[in-house]
Amino acid sequence: MENSTVEKEYIGDEELELGLGLSLGNASGEKGAAAYGNGGRILTAKDFPNGFACGTKRERAQKSASSSDPAALRQVVGWPPIRSYRMNSLLSQAKASNVAGEDDESSKKKMNHGGHLGFVKVNMDGLPIGRKLDLNAHKTYQTLAKALEEMFFSPSPHSRGGKEQTVKLLDGSSEFVLTYEDKEGDWMLVGDVPWGMFLNTVKRLRIMRTSEANGLAPKSQERNEKQKSKLI
Amino acid sequence: MAYSFPEEVLEHVFSFLSSDRDRNAVSLVCKSWYDIERWCRRRIFVGNCYAVSPEMVIRRFPELRAVEMKGKPHFADFNLVPEGWGAYAYPWIAAMAEAYPFLEEIKLKRMVVTDDTLELISKSCKNFKLLVLTSCEGFTTDGLASIAANCRHLRELDLRESEVEELSGHWLSHFPDSCTSLVSLNISCLGSEVSFSILERLVARSPNLRTLRLNRAVPLERLANLIRRAPQLVELGTGAYSAEIRSDTFSNLADAFSACKQLKALSGFWDVVPSYLPAMYSVCSGITSLNLSYAAIPSTDLVKLISQCQNLQRLWVMDYIEDSGLDVLAASCKDLQELRVFPSDPFGAEPNVSLTEQGLVSVSEGCPKLESVLYFCRQMSNAALIAIAKNRPNFIRFRLCIIDPQAPDYLTLEPLDAGFGAIVEKCKELRRLSMTGLLTDRVFKYIGSHAKKLEMLSIAFAGDSDLGLHHVLSGCDSLRKLEIRDCPFGDKALLANAAKLETMRSLWMSSCSVSFGACKLLAQKMPRLNVEVIDERGPPDSRPESCSVERVYVYRTVASRQRLDMPDFVWTLDEDSSLRYS
Repeated sequence: MENSTVEKEYIGDEELELGLGLSLGNASGEKGAAAYGNGGRILTAKDFPNGFACGTKRERAQKSASSSDPAALRQVVGWPPIRSYRMNSLLSQAKASNVAGEDDESSKKKMNHGGHLGFVKVNMDGLPIGRKLDLNAHKTYQTLAKALEEMFFSPSPHSRGGKEQTVKLLDGSSEFVLTYEDKEGDWMLVGDVPWGMFLNTVKRLRIMRTSEANGLAPKSQERNEKQKSKLI
Repeated sequence: MAYSFPEEVLEHVFSFLSSDRDRNAVSLVCKSWYDIERWCRRRIFVGNCYAVSPEMVIRRFPELRAVEMKGKPHFADFNLVPEGWGAYAYPWIAAMAEAYPFLEEIKLKRMVVTDDTLELISKSCKNFKLLVLTSCEGFTTDGLASIAANCRHLRELDLRESEVEELSGHWLSHFPDSCTSLVSLNISCLGSEVSFSILERLVARSPNLRTLRLNRAVPLERLANLIRRAPQLVELGTGAYSAEIRSDTFSNLADAFSACKQLKALSGFWDVVPSYLPAMYSVCSGITSLNLSYAAIPSTDLVKLISQCQNLQRLWVMDYIEDSGLDVLAASCKDLQELRVFPSDPFGAEPNVSLTEQGLVSVSEGCPKLESVLYFCRQMSNAALIAIAKNRPNFIRFRLCIIDPQAPDYLTLEPLDAGFGAIVEKCKELRRLSMTGLLTDRVFKYIGSHAKKLEMLSIAFAGDSDLGLHHVLSGCDSLRKLEIRDCPFGDKALLANAAKLETMRSLWMSSCSVSFGACKLLAQKMPRLNVEVIDERGPPDSRPESCSVERVYVYRTVASRQRLDMPDFVWTLDEDSSLRYS
C-alpha cells in the first residue's frame, strides 16, 4: 500500500488518517506477500488470453451518462433509478392509453422506448440459477449472443494457458442453442425475426440443449404457419 | 434497586415500550433487565438478514410474535445486484416456524421467498395473521393458495410490488367460506385476472376489511360492486380506471363512492379515462393519500381532482402534472407532507411535458408541512435548490433525480454543489438524501460538515476523488446506509474510515475504484465486517490486486462471515485473506 505519496495528494489542512493502511502493511508485510497470490509471481499477458477489464465500467458509463443521447443513456444499467415494476407499467401504458387526447401515432412517438424496457431472465439447462440480461444494451443478435456466451461460457482461470472455449449460440454448431419465449407462450429459436420485432415479443430466454430443441420447428416455417392461421 | 420490583412489574413497564431502540437500551441496564426484556420482546426488526443468524435471534428472544426483515441492498431495485445474490427467506422461516409456533406476523422486504416457504408458514403457525412481502420474488400463486387455505385467522395479505409467477387466478378461491377475518388485501402487483365473483364474495364476508388494493385486471365496471360491499374501506386501490363512457356506469360508481365515508387513501388508476374521475369527488375532501403515479392523463384533469382534495398529505403523481399543476397543488393542499413526481418518459430525447425545477420550488413555498420529496426532472439550478432549502428547512427526506445524471446547473453551467450544500445546511433534520447532477468533492465536504442527522445517502456519478468519500464517512455522524455507484472513490478513503463501517448497517459501492487488495485489507482489519466482492468476471485473484472490483458490499455482522448461500460471482474474504466461496 502506498503511504507518504497518498498524503500529499490531499489539500492543505485535511488530515487523512492512513494509520490503518500503514500498520497493516508493516505488521503483516511478510505474511502479506505470501498470502497475496501465487508466491508473488508477476502475471503477464499470457495469463489472460481474453484480456481483462482492469478499469471500471465507470468511464464508459460516465461517457454514456453525460451525453444526452437517450440511446447511450439506456446503456447505463439501472439509470434512471426507476424500479422495473414501474418501468414495465410505463411501457404497457404507452401501448394502451392515449395521452392528452392525441392519436396513437404521436403518443407512440412521445412514449417510444424503442423496444423492450427492462431485463429478461435467462436460464440455461443444467444451471439452477438464472441471470438477468438487459436487452436494451443490445442492437443485434450478435452482441446478444456474445454477451450470453460471456455470461454463461466464459473460460475459467484454469484454462488460462490453453484453448478458449468458444461457444457460438446462434449458428447451431454447439451443444446449446438460444431460444426465447414469446408473448404467446411459445418457445422459438432466436435469430430469425428482425431485431425490433424480437424485442417486442420476447418474454424470456433459455439456453437449451440442442438435443431438446429439436422439437422447435424451423423458425421461418413456424412463422409462416402462424401467419396463415391468423389470416383465417 | 432493580431487585425490589418483581419481574411481572418490570415486564408490565416494558410492555409500554414499542420502539426497538428503547427496548435495546433497556436491555443494557443490567443482566436482570436484559433477561426480563428478552423474554417479553414480541417484535423484532432485522435490517439485514445476514447481519445475524436465525439461531442467535431465537436464542435471545424465545417468545417472538412478529418479525420484520430486509434482504437485498436497495440498489437491487435498479438491477445492480445480480440475480441469485442471496437473501433467501427459507432458512429464517424454517428456524422460526419451529421455534415460534405462535408467530403471527412476518414482513419481508427484498427477499427471495419460495412456495415452500409460504407453505411452511401456513402450516406451522396456527395463529398466523399478517404477511407483507415488499419487492420480494421467487414464489407463485400456489404459495398464495397455501396461505389462503391454511391461515384461518389471516388478517393481512399484502404483496406490495413483489414479483409473483402467476400460474392461475384461482388461488383466491382457497380462502375458505369461514374466513371472515381479512382486514387488508393488496394484490396490486398481480398481472393476471382473479375471479371477480370470488373476490366479491370474499370482500362481502369480510366486515373488517379496511384496505383493498386491486390489480389492473379488475375493470372499472366491477369496481362499484366491490366498493358497495365494503363501504367501511379506508384505503382503496382501483384496477384499470377505464371504461366506455356510459352514464349508468358512472352513476353506479359515483353512488358506490359516496357510501364510503371513511375513505382516506386512493391508489391504482391505471389507464385512466378522465371522464370517470368526477365519480370520486364525493370522497375527495377526506382523502389524505393519493397515488396517481400510473395515471397518464393531462395536467388539467389531474388538477381538477387534486384541487378537490384539500386535506391531502401525500401525493404521488407523474410529471404530467407539470409546473402549472404543482402551482395549483401548492395553493390548494396546505397539509401536504410528501410529494413524489415520477417521469412519464425517462428515455425520451426531448422533454414531453413542461415540468421543471420551478414546480418543486412552488410546492416548497406553498406547503409548509412538506418534509419528504422524490422528484424526477430534467433540469435543476443552484438558485432553485437554495430557494427550496430556504423555504423548507423541515425536510426529512430529499431525493432528487435529474434524468441526465451529470447535468450541471442549467443556468450557470456550474456544478450543483452549492445547491445541495444549501439543502444539508438548512435542513438540519435531514435523514435521507439522494443526489444527482454535476457534483464535485465540494458537495461532500458540505455534507460531511452539516448533515449530522443523515442516515441514508445515495450517490451516483459524482465526486472527483477519494476526498469526497472521506468527507462523508468521517463527517456524517448518523450515517447507517451508504450506496454509491459510478464514482471515482477508492481504497484510501475506505481503509482510512474502516472503523466507521462497523457503525453502519451497510456500504454498497459499484463501478467505483475499489481494488481487490483493499477489500482484502479491509476484511483482515475488520473481522466483524463482511466484505463481499460481487464480480461476474471470475475470481478476483485471477486478476492483479490493484484491479478494481465490479461491486463491493460491506456490512456489519455478528453471524459467521461465511454465508453458505453465495453464488459463484460473490466472494468473501476470510481472516487469513484466502478467498472463500460456498
